[in-house]
Amino acid sequence: MPSFIGQIGRYAIQNTVDTGRTFLFLLSAFAWVFRPPIRIRLIVHHIRTIGVESLSVVILSGVFTGMVMGLQGYYSLRKFNAENFLGSAVALGILRELGPVLSAFMVTGRTGSAMAAELASMKVSEQIDALYSMAVNPIQYLVSPRIIAGLISMPLLTAIFDVVAIYGAYVIGVNLLGVSSGSYFAGMELSVVFKDVLSGFLKSVSFGLIITWICCYKGFNAPPMATGVGQATTESVVLCFVMILVWNYFMTSVML
Amino acid sequence: MIRVIDLHKTFGKQHVLRGVNLDLEAGKITTIIGGSGSGKTVLLKHLNALLLPDRGSVLIGGKDITRLGQTALNDVRQKFGVLFQGAALLDSMTVYDNVAFPLRERTNLAESVIEKKVNESLAEVGLSGMGYKFPAEVSGGMKKRAGLARALVTRPEIMLFDEPTTGLDPLLGKSIHQLIRKMHGTFKFTGVIVSHDIPEVFRISDRIAMLAEGTITAVGSTEEFMESKNPVVRQFLQGEVEGPITVL
Repeated sequence: MPSFIGQIGRYAIQNTVDTGRTFLFLLSAFAWVFRPPIRIRLIVHHIRTIGVESLSVVILSGVFTGMVMGLQGYYSLRKFNAENFLGSAVALGILRELGPVLSAFMVTGRTGSAMAAELASMKVSEQIDALYSMAVNPIQYLVSPRIIAGLISMPLLTAIFDVVAIYGAYVIGVNLLGVSSGSYFAGMELSVVFKDVLSGFLKSVSFGLIITWICCYKGFNAPPMATGVGQATTESVVLCFVMILVWNYFMTSVML
Repeated sequence: MIRVIDLHKTFGKQHVLRGVNLDLEAGKITTIIGGSGSGKTVLLKHLNALLLPDRGSVLIGGKDITRLGQTALNDVRQKFGVLFQGAALLDSMTVYDNVAFPLRERTNLAESVIEKKVNESLAEVGLSGMGYKFPAEVSGGMKKRAGLARALVTRPEIMLFDEPTTGLDPLLGKSIHQLIRKMHGTFKFTGVIVSHDIPEVFRISDRIAMLAEGTITAVGSTEEFMESKNPVVRQFLQGEVEGPITVL
């Protein structure tokens, strides 16, 4: 019995320590952002890898998400003779929830996993030690630019996802199922307010932080062995998905 | 001069270093030998504070580097060059950019000056014209030489070599040893080599220290070491399974 209680205690202490380390890691990354040299070129490079290179997958998922919403929304609303509200229903759903969450999932799968694997591989092959030994702080060089790039890229990708998804639903609802184009956009204009757009924007910024923070932390602290790369990648992707869903609920409940 | 005083390091339940005391003479090459898992690399990583001890000190020029803040530690680290076991080249950069990296990060030199220095360094290690290749495109021996060029390009006072010949065939290993000796002759750095490439590594070493059971059990000149009557040293040099060192 005492050993069981001891195990619970050790588990709790270990998790508390890990959580503390994770937050210290983030604080350190932000602190290094403002210390020279400011690494603009690296930030731009990571905006390209996180943002530009995720664009195709975000557009593709946006189109099909919008098309599914158009299809499902139309048949659900038709039961109540309310198909003219399709634009409104799609826009609110996309802007507030699906846009930020699904584009964050896509970026996690496309870029977050690669980020964790790259840093873990650098850890295993002593490249991070090499940076320390060359008097270059690896958090400033490897982590801070990625976090800044995530904060910039994620809202832009989400905005693109939103636009593409709304037009995906338009194609199905208006061109295929016969909803009037005027009512589609008029409904959207009447129901969507600035708060809805702000909610989606703030979510996407926070998801950008969550993805880069967790993936960098897991990669940076990968066990120094060959399996460490796989372990860091898996853990970072799973944790990102869970954190995105949990954080999305909290933000929705606060910003409703 | 580097002075290691009563250094202790534990990983989990494993007490790797149990009070290491060692003086590394300035301008000389000292090789630390010892069995696999004896803590040689752990000791080496304490010399430029890549690892911090649980107890004990590492004095460099009289300054204890285990108690320095980040900025002061970075100043000390600029005195060091390190050749890692796998060379640890940044694999997102070409060999040229890897060698240029410490100059770009630590100095305000113009790109034309950096280019000249990098090309000189690459030539010194026999890699002229190979700068455009990425680390994944070159052999193990070339990676080690590129790592050596990167470590030496800033002309460090102290060079640390972690198993410089591991994974190389005997001829390549010998060429790396010769290169280290040649560079030492040119730049007069204080060298610390961790290796179990015996007796080849003795040819380039001025002093040998043996790490066993977490402490330095013997230290002396190469000649003294070869003639040592210390049973631990004798067993290790002769590669005998039976003796004071527990092998399995």
